[in-house]
Amino acid sequence: MRLELTAEQRAARDEFRAFTAAEIAPHADRWDRAAAVPRELVGKLRERGYLGSLLPAELGGRGLDMITYGLLTEEIGRGCSSVRSLLTVHDMVAHAVQRFGDPAARERFLPALARGAILGAFALSEPGAGSDANSVETTAVQEGGPEGDWVLTGRKKWTTFGQIADLYLVFAKVGEGAGGQPTVFLLERATPGLTVTPLHGITGTRASLLAELTLDGCRVPATHRVGRIGSGVTHVASYTLEQGRYSVAWGAVGLGQACLDASLAYANERHQFGVPLIRHQLVSALLADMIVNVRAARLLCLRAGWLRASRDPGAGAETMAAKYFAAVTAAKAANDAVQIHGANGCSEEYPVGRYLRDAKVLEIIEGSTQIQQISIPRFPFTEL
Amino acid sequence: MDQTKNQTQSQAKIKEFLSRFFKSHDLKPEEDIFALGFVNSLLAMQLVAFVEKEFGIHVEDADLDLDNFRSIQAISSLVARKTGTAAEAAPA
Repeated sequence: MRLELTAEQRAARDEFRAFTAAEIAPHADRWDRAAAVPRELVGKLRERGYLGSLLPAELGGRGLDMITYGLLTEEIGRGCSSVRSLLTVHDMVAHAVQRFGDPAARERFLPALARGAILGAFALSEPGAGSDANSVETTAVQEGGPEGDWVLTGRKKWTTFGQIADLYLVFAKVGEGAGGQPTVFLLERATPGLTVTPLHGITGTRASLLAELTLDGCRVPATHRVGRIGSGVTHVASYTLEQGRYSVAWGAVGLGQACLDASLAYANERHQFGVPLIRHQLVSALLADMIVNVRAARLLCLRAGWLRASRDPGAGAETMAAKYFAAVTAAKAANDAVQIHGANGCSEEYPVGRYLRDAKVLEIIEGSTQIQQISIPRFPFTEL
Repeated sequence: MDQTKNQTQSQAKIKEFLSRFFKSHDLKPEEDIFALGFVNSLLAMQLVAFVEKEFGIHVEDADLDLDNFRSIQAISSLVARKTGTAAEAAPA
């Protein structure tokens, strides 16, 4: 058994790291304060092929393998979790359209998603529905027979990059009340009846342009249904959220690594009681845990990536485990990073305060830590 | 004869996979796995991934009817239909 990246994967990681160091990390605190990732940066991500990067080259994507995609997400997440979250949700939409989309929708949207010419956003959560995806109240009613338009009505909340997205993956119910069947639709931004309202005052990933969507009789063609009626949670959400978890897990590794980088630098440079902080054993213990946990989280992500690449049925469980551990690790690493920085950690002069706020979000999105704790013991894992 | 043998082999593989989820239950070919109360959204897509990888088929949107995954027998029939279609479509 050899556990190492290929030369191509290492080269790609170097590219992603250099891009993040030049274009993202120096600006992330400013974007956080402004509560917005600038359009200019989205353009740079597009030019590099970082949006829709898993889609094949023939569609205009970069055709990254699962591991290289993970490395991309880690490096971007190391610089800014808000930017990483754009990749996450955009790729979730692309993933859903590729697997479950109607041929007409695939033809229309996939090349644009692959090039990043349009931005996708994932619209599942509602004011009253989060972890319990079956409880969404947005409705979809078909008019004019089996080929007729669908009319969507309801509210969506916490839609990441909803403020600037062009295409929303909307979860709705077909049919009334408890018997309603969860079903997924594509909704274009220009659709009459759609109102996009920015959400402000968010704790973490502040620059991710969250929005609330109000759908007032939004009409979409029959070809915009994604997957079968009733398959919205069992198949489309499950498949799409697994992709999202994989992306968030790697992003959490990146955030954990950023905490480690900042903490090691600070602990070596800052002196107290006549010696650098790293010479104090209690600080050293925090750093040792951070190093080991971030490395362990990365290994879980690599394992999940290998299983996903080989389409192993155990990939879902492994991805949950990776997301769970990486998010918890990032939260602990960020908390300890602030502790190591002391009063400076509570200041905007250092990025660790942002890391802490962003890490909290990672424990909530794409299946909260508690949802993973409920699910992980119930699923068998593929043996090595 | 071959068809029956293939079906039996597929059913054995499907049972082995599902047994990982139903550890304390001897699953019968016709038994409704959804009625046993374990199946949730993660298992639904894991089943699809298993069937695609194990039998080398592509489960299309039209195949994602839960009835096609309701029992060992149902999954085995889906596999037989998909592989049969593939054989017919292949050039001579």
